[in-house]
Amino acid sequence: MPYGPHTPADRARMLEAIGVRSIDELFADIPATLRASRLDLPAGMPELELMAHLQGLAGRNSTDLASFLGAGAYRHYQPPAVDQLLLRGEWYTAYTPYQPEVSQGTLQSIYEYQSLLAELVGLDVVSASHYDGAAATAEAALMTCRATGRRRILISHAVHRHYRETLATYLSGGDLELDELPVVEAGPAAGTTDLAALEGLLADPARPVAGVIAGQPNFYGLLEPMAEIGRLAHAQGALFVAVIEPVSLAVLAPPGAYGADIAAGEGQSLGIPTQYGGPYLGILATTDALVRQIPGRLVGMTTDLDGQRAFVMTMRAREQDIRRERAASNICTNQALLALAASIYLATLGPHGLRDVAALGAARAAELEAALAAAGAERLHPGPYLNEFVVRVPDARAVHQRLLGRGILAGLVLADVEPDDQVLAVGLLVCATEVTTSGDIGRFATALQAELGGARWA
Amino acid sequence: MGVTGPRLQSTIFEKSHPGRGGGKIPHPPKDALDRLPAAARRAAPPALPELNELEVVRHYVNLSQLNFAIDTGFYPLGSCTMKFNPKVNEWAARLPGFASLHPLAPDSTAQGTLQILWELEEILAEISGMAAVSLQPAAGAQGELTGILMIRAYHRSRGDPDRQEVLVPDSSHGTNPATASMAGFKTITVRSAADGGVDVEAFRAALGPRTAAVMITNPSTLGLFESRIGELLDAVHAAGALAYMDGANLNAILGRFKPGEAGFDVMHINTHKTFSTPHGGGGPGAGPVGVGPRLVPFLPAPRVLRGEDGSYRLERPGERPTSIGRLRAFVGNTGVLVRAYAYLRAHGAEGLAEVSQDAVLAANYLKSRLVGTYDIPYGRPCKHEFVASAATIKRQTGIRTLDIAKRLIDYGFHPPTIYFPLIVEEGMLIEPTETEALETLDAFADALITIAREAATTPELVHEAPHTAPVRRLDEATAARQPNLRWRAMTGAETPCPD
Amino acid sequence: MVPSDLRYTRDHEWVRLAGDEATVGITAFAAEQLGDIVFVELPAVGKSLAAAATFGVVESVKAVSDLFSPLSGEVTEVNPALAGQPELVNTDPFGAGWMLKLKVGASAELDELLDAPAYDKLIAEA
Repeated sequence: MPYGPHTPADRARMLEAIGVRSIDELFADIPATLRASRLDLPAGMPELELMAHLQGLAGRNSTDLASFLGAGAYRHYQPPAVDQLLLRGEWYTAYTPYQPEVSQGTLQSIYEYQSLLAELVGLDVVSASHYDGAAATAEAALMTCRATGRRRILISHAVHRHYRETLATYLSGGDLELDELPVVEAGPAAGTTDLAALEGLLADPARPVAGVIAGQPNFYGLLEPMAEIGRLAHAQGALFVAVIEPVSLAVLAPPGAYGADIAAGEGQSLGIPTQYGGPYLGILATTDALVRQIPGRLVGMTTDLDGQRAFVMTMRAREQDIRRERAASNICTNQALLALAASIYLATLGPHGLRDVAALGAARAAELEAALAAAGAERLHPGPYLNEFVVRVPDARAVHQRLLGRGILAGLVLADVEPDDQVLAVGLLVCATEVTTSGDIGRFATALQAELGGARWA
Repeated sequence: MGVTGPRLQSTIFEKSHPGRGGGKIPHPPKDALDRLPAAARRAAPPALPELNELEVVRHYVNLSQLNFAIDTGFYPLGSCTMKFNPKVNEWAARLPGFASLHPLAPDSTAQGTLQILWELEEILAEISGMAAVSLQPAAGAQGELTGILMIRAYHRSRGDPDRQEVLVPDSSHGTNPATASMAGFKTITVRSAADGGVDVEAFRAALGPRTAAVMITNPSTLGLFESRIGELLDAVHAAGALAYMDGANLNAILGRFKPGEAGFDVMHINTHKTFSTPHGGGGPGAGPVGVGPRLVPFLPAPRVLRGEDGSYRLERPGERPTSIGRLRAFVGNTGVLVRAYAYLRAHGAEGLAEVSQDAVLAANYLKSRLVGTYDIPYGRPCKHEFVASAATIKRQTGIRTLDIAKRLIDYGFHPPTIYFPLIVEEGMLIEPTETEALETLDAFADALITIAREAATTPELVHEAPHTAPVRRLDEATAARQPNLRWRAMTGAETPCPD
Repeated sequence: MVPSDLRYTRDHEWVRLAGDEATVGITAFAAEQLGDIVFVELPAVGKSLAAAATFGVVESVKAVSDLFSPLSGEVTEVNPALAGQPELVNTDPFGAGWMLKLKVGASAELDELLDAPAYDKLIAEA
C-alpha cells in the first residue's frame, strides 16, 4: 500500500497485542458464504507512473479552445492567491468543525462567507453552502412548500433546463406539483418569463402556489422583470425564489432589493474552476423570517467561557443527525472548501474589482454581439442582457461542429439542451467574460462569417 | 512581536480599509453598463471589504492555523475516516486539462475526463459487486436520496406503489431516516440487538407488503460487521422490498465483502472516506451510487457511455426515459472524482485489500490498548473503528466523554466522534485509519489512559479542558437563542466605485 | 417535589386546569434533561389538539424532543415570550416558561394523568 506506515514487525506487534495470529482472524465475522470474489482490478501504480498516466489523460481533453461557452458555468480570472491558500492542509484536510475549539479557522471562514454573500444578495441569512446551484434551487423550492404549507411550485421555463430537471427529481419524493411558466415568444420581451401566464397560473384557488422561481439573468442571458414577478407571487401568498449568478450581482439589483424571499444559485464563478461540473458552490440565502426553514449548516458568532469572541455551528437541532426523519433536509456534507474559495476571491477583488469583472464581461459581450452581427449572426431576442445571449445561426449544430475543428468553442447548441424547442433550433448561446479576448472574438466572427456564406465581407 | 502561536483574527470586514486592493482586472470602458436598464441595476456596490493582497493572505493563513487537520495531527474521528490525503491527488485535480474543462464541453473535447469517469464507474462496480455505478451524487446524503428515489421508481414501475415504509436500525446515521422522509417515505426505526447488531427477528416482524426498503450500514456504525446480514437480506427480498447499503464504512471491507454479491440492491460510497478525497472542512465530497441489475434502468441521467470504437460520451436529454432524472446541474463532482481515481489507480487490488486490513488491524490494536481503562461495550473483533465508553468513569468521577474529548485537545489529538451512535452511553467512536504509525496509535492510547487517571485525581483539569486551544468551551446556547449569522457593521457603508 | 396543584403526563408535560382553560408546559425534570433550551416550536392559535397528540417541538443545543398535549382542546394562546426567551423553559418551567393554553371540555381525560406524588415517583425511577 503506497501510503501506509506499517512494517511487517509493526503488524506482528499489533497482532500479538490483540491476541490473534493473523489478520484473517479479524475478518472471521464475515460468513464464508458472503466472502468477496477476487478483486479484479489493475495493479497499483508507483507515483511516477501514475503521474504520467494522469498527465496523458488530461492531455486528451481540449481546453485551449477559444471558448464562448457559459450556460451555467463560467470561465473567469482566478487570482493565484485563491488556490495557493486553498492548498494549505489546515484548510483542506480538516473535517466538519464539530470541535469548535480546534476549528476556529473553518468556522470563522464560514461565518465570513455567510456575511460576504449576504451583502452580495441583499438578504439576511446565507447557509454555509449547498452542493451546487441546481440542488440549492431545489432546496429553495422545498423551503417554500414547508413555509407556506402548499404543494405547488411554478418555475420559469427560462431557468436552466438542468435546474428544472433537478427540481423535478427533488419534488418527486414528496409528490409535490411542478408547473412551468412559459416564456414570451415574440416582441420586446421575447425570451423572458410570461407575466400574463404567471398571473393565470397563480390564480387557481384549488392549487395554491408555494413558490415562484425565476432566474436573473435567465438561461438565455436576458434580464427578467424580477420585481414584477415577485409582486405577482406575493399577491397570491406565494414566496419568490430568485436564481442568481453572483458575479452579476456586483452590477445588477440584488434579490433583497426586488423582494425575493429566497436566493439560490451557482457560486462557481467566484474563483472556482469549471472542472467538468464540480465541485461547485450552491448558494442559498433567505430572510430572517424564513431562517428556520433554511436547510444545511449555519455558523454563528458567540463567546467562549472567557467572553472571547468565537464561532460555532448553530441551530444544529434542525439537522439530520439530531432530527433524523423530521429534518428539513438530509444534507450533511456541504461545499465548505468552495465557500472558502469564494470568500478569498471576494476579499481579493473587493467590491470594485468584482464590479470590474462584471462590467468588463458586459463590455466584451457587447463587442462579441457587434462582431457576430457583422458576421451575419443576429441576436434571437431583443431584450437587455448582461454578458450572455443567443444568436441565430441556421444549422447551428453543424456550424458549431465545424468551428470546433478550427479551435473555436462557439457556445452551446441550444438544440442539444432543448431538442423539442422549435424557436431555439437555430440558436447558439454564447457568452463573454473578462477573460474573453478581442483576438478570440475576431477569430470567432471571421470563422462564423465564412460558415454563413461570406455574404457580408466588409 | 514575538508571537508565534496561532492567534484569533478579527473579521475580514474589520480589516477593510477603503481604497485598498485593486490591480487585478483591467478597467472596463466607462459606458460598459450603460445599455442595462436602470431598474435592473444595483443602486450601490455591495459592502464587501477592501484589502490589499498581503492582508488577505495573512488573514487566511492565520485563520488556517486555528484549525486542527489531518496534516497537523492524529484525527481519529469515527465514521469520518480521516486518513492521509495524498498530495499527488491534489496535483492531479489541478492539471489544466482537468481543471479548465467546461461541463458542457463537447464530448470530443472531453475524452480524457470521460475515460476517467467511465473507468472509475467500472472500478467502483467491481469493488462494490454492483452492476453499474452513477458518479453524479455530490455527497453521501445525496447518494442516499438517489438510491431511495430509484427504489421508489422501481416499485412504481412494477405497479406496487403502496410500499411506503423504509426500515432503519436505531444505530443508523441520521441521514438515513432524513433521506427516507425527503423521498416521501415513512421511517420505521428498528431496535438493535443486544450485541449491537441488527435484530433480524425484529426486522422480520416489521417487514411486510408496505416495506419499500431497508437501509443498513455494514460494517455498522458501531464498527461491527453484520454477520447475520445474509439472513436479513433474504427476509427483505422475500417481503418484496429492496436493500440499501449505507457505504460509509466500505473502507473496512475492501476485497473482503462485496455488497452487491451479498444481495444488496443499491449502495452509496463516500469517496471522501474510503478513497481519501479531502474533507475540505466539511466538503466537498462525492457520493457515487452502485446498483444491482434491477435498478440499472433508473440510474440518474446522464450516464457516461463507451462506444464500440472506444470513445466516450454522455447520454443525451431524454435518451433513457426510465431514469429518475438529474440530482444536480452537471455530471458530478468531477474534481473530487479525479482524486478518487488517482487513489484507486495508485493502490490496485492488492493495495486496496491492504488498506482495509491495516485499518482493521489498527482499530483492534488501539482497542486492545484501552481495555481495562475504558468500557468496551462490544468486545468482539471490530472492523475499522470501535466504540469505547466512559460510562464507568462518569459514575466514578463525574467526568463525561465530552470532558475527555476536550482534554485530548490539550494532548495534541483531535477528539473521536462522541455520543454517536446514540445507543451507547457516553460513547466515543474511534477510527484510527490505516495511515497512522504505530507510535502515533500508542501516544493516543497513552493520552486516553492518562486522562482516565486525571479524571480520578484532578477532575477539574479535565472538566475545564481544553487549556491550550485558541478558545475555551463556547456558549452554544446563546449562539442558538440569539443567532448572529452574519457581520452587519459594513452594511450601508458602501464606497462608490472610483471611476 | 413537583407542584401539587398540577397534573402530569408520562412524557413530562404538566397541565394546570382553571375552569375550561388548561395551561400546559414541560416539567423541571424534562427541562433539565434537555439542557439549554434554544427554541420552542408551538402550534397556531385555533388549532384543535387531541389528547397525547404532538403539539410542538422543543430544541436544546444538541437534542430535539416532541411535545405532547395532556388533554384534548383548542389552542387559545401560546406563550409569546418563548420566541425571544426560550430559556424561560429552563429558568421557570412551571411559571413563565408555560407553553400554551387550551380550551378544554369536560372529560375524563384528566383522570388519566398523573398527580404530583405519582409523577415524583416516575422521575425518581427514571
